[in-house]
Amino acid sequence: MGAALSRREFWTLSAGGALGFFALWTVIALSGLVQPQFLPTPLAVLQKFVDLTRSPFVGYTLQQHLLSSFGRFGAGFALAALVGVPLGLMMGWYRWLDDVVTPLFEALRFVAPIAWVPFAALWFGTGIGGPVLIIFSGAFPPCLINAYRGARFVETRYIEAAQTLGAPNWRVICEVLLPASVPSIVAGLRIGAGLGWQSLIGAELIVASSGIGYLMVKGQSNISTSIVMAGMIAIGIVGFAVDVLLRRVETGINRRRGR
Amino acid sequence: MKGPSRRSTAIGVATVAFLLVAWYVLTTLTGAISGGRFPAPVEVWQATKQIVVQGYADARLHEHVLHSCKLVLLGFAAAIGVGVPLGLVMGWSRRAEALVNPVFLLLRPIPPLAWIPLAIVWLGLGDAAKVLIIWLAAFVPSVINSHAGVRSIDPTLLEAARTLNIRGWMLVREILLPGAAPMIFTGLRLSLQACWTTLVAGELIGAIAGLGHVLYQSSLDIFPAMILVGMLAVAATAGVMTRMLEWVEVRAMPWRRA
Repeated sequence: MGAALSRREFWTLSAGGALGFFALWTVIALSGLVQPQFLPTPLAVLQKFVDLTRSPFVGYTLQQHLLSSFGRFGAGFALAALVGVPLGLMMGWYRWLDDVVTPLFEALRFVAPIAWVPFAALWFGTGIGGPVLIIFSGAFPPCLINAYRGARFVETRYIEAAQTLGAPNWRVICEVLLPASVPSIVAGLRIGAGLGWQSLIGAELIVASSGIGYLMVKGQSNISTSIVMAGMIAIGIVGFAVDVLLRRVETGINRRRGR
Repeated sequence: MKGPSRRSTAIGVATVAFLLVAWYVLTTLTGAISGGRFPAPVEVWQATKQIVVQGYADARLHEHVLHSCKLVLLGFAAAIGVGVPLGLVMGWSRRAEALVNPVFLLLRPIPPLAWIPLAIVWLGLGDAAKVLIIWLAAFVPSVINSHAGVRSIDPTLLEAARTLNIRGWMLVREILLPGAAPMIFTGLRLSLQACWTTLVAGELIGAIAGLGHVLYQSSLDIFPAMILVGMLAVAATAGVMTRMLEWVEVRAMPWRRA
């Protein structure tokens, strides 16, 4: 492996890489090989991004689209966490529940969240229920699996100690399994949030009349690449922010537990 | 999710059987769930027969499945072909890593699904756009995992290679690839699922064939039984492909077989 780089060399190369990327993009866009409609310059995309935050496109400004996406995401993700985590913990404790849920879960796992779109449209129309169902189906599996794993790998002596002291089942779950699996659960929530956010974008591309995915579809049908790219930037920023936030929570919890 | 015992298999089978009976009772016997919301077993059977024998949405089931599989395999293979070498180079050379990483950090938070509108603007509704988004879905994990895979190789091995003056293709074949293989396969397994999701989304938005197209057409026709058949076909195909990848994984790394 190459020797570690000096600080200066690292930053020069990194800046060079990023600048080279944008320079190449600008050169191709300005060269006239591609119409600006299909490949705007980075500056034009940035300009469009700023414009979209001021003047509404297909009914709303960029912030309003983001807000409506975020509302759906929050609802679907909260539902997935509120069902998935307790169910996973209980599956880790009650053998029979594990036996009942596992075959169903394994069967449904391979259904891509997006494949729920037709049923979502059929059951909920363009209401909020459809996107929530799709986000739920994306975010639910990691929430459940990680809570389950966390509960299964709790050291037996803790459980035995609680039982010796006469703790009933629900107290073992709430006071031993839950706290012991928090790191695993938070990791699951982070993965679930990422998958849920992606699924939401997919759902909005297909069934929605507002939201960031809808904005991109409209940009696409107007053949406005700059709007599509501005949407991608917004999605990237939000996805990144959510991930950073949950990572913070994760490291915070791990640090408090001395890991 | 754990080793099967006889008792848990029995409970699992009983659960599935109970659900099938409940499905029949709710839809057919009592009509508590109307056919417009969820199909009855008979309707699903008829829809399956229809798509297998006569075809639906311009093709028969196996043609849709083959079409989707072809696109996934093309995009997946292209992503491995470009992504793994790039990841290996980034893992080996700190300079290459410093140069390429910033672009990755910029592109990584954008989920593959968000590329779909751009792919359609650039390449239209045909197969090329789908292959591009599948490529994107598998490319990033291939690079990241082969990069991390090289970094996880025991430094002693790398030092030994350096001492013995092993370079070029031999270095890749004897040290880098085998060392990084476990992580590369982990990445591939994760991205295969992402590829399917992306493909189905792409085909739902616009396509002329494929499983997503079946879902789209049945959704337009308000044909719940065919929607369910389409979903089951997506799940089954994705499941089979994942199993195949696991099979390749075991064969590709004989030294890990326990």
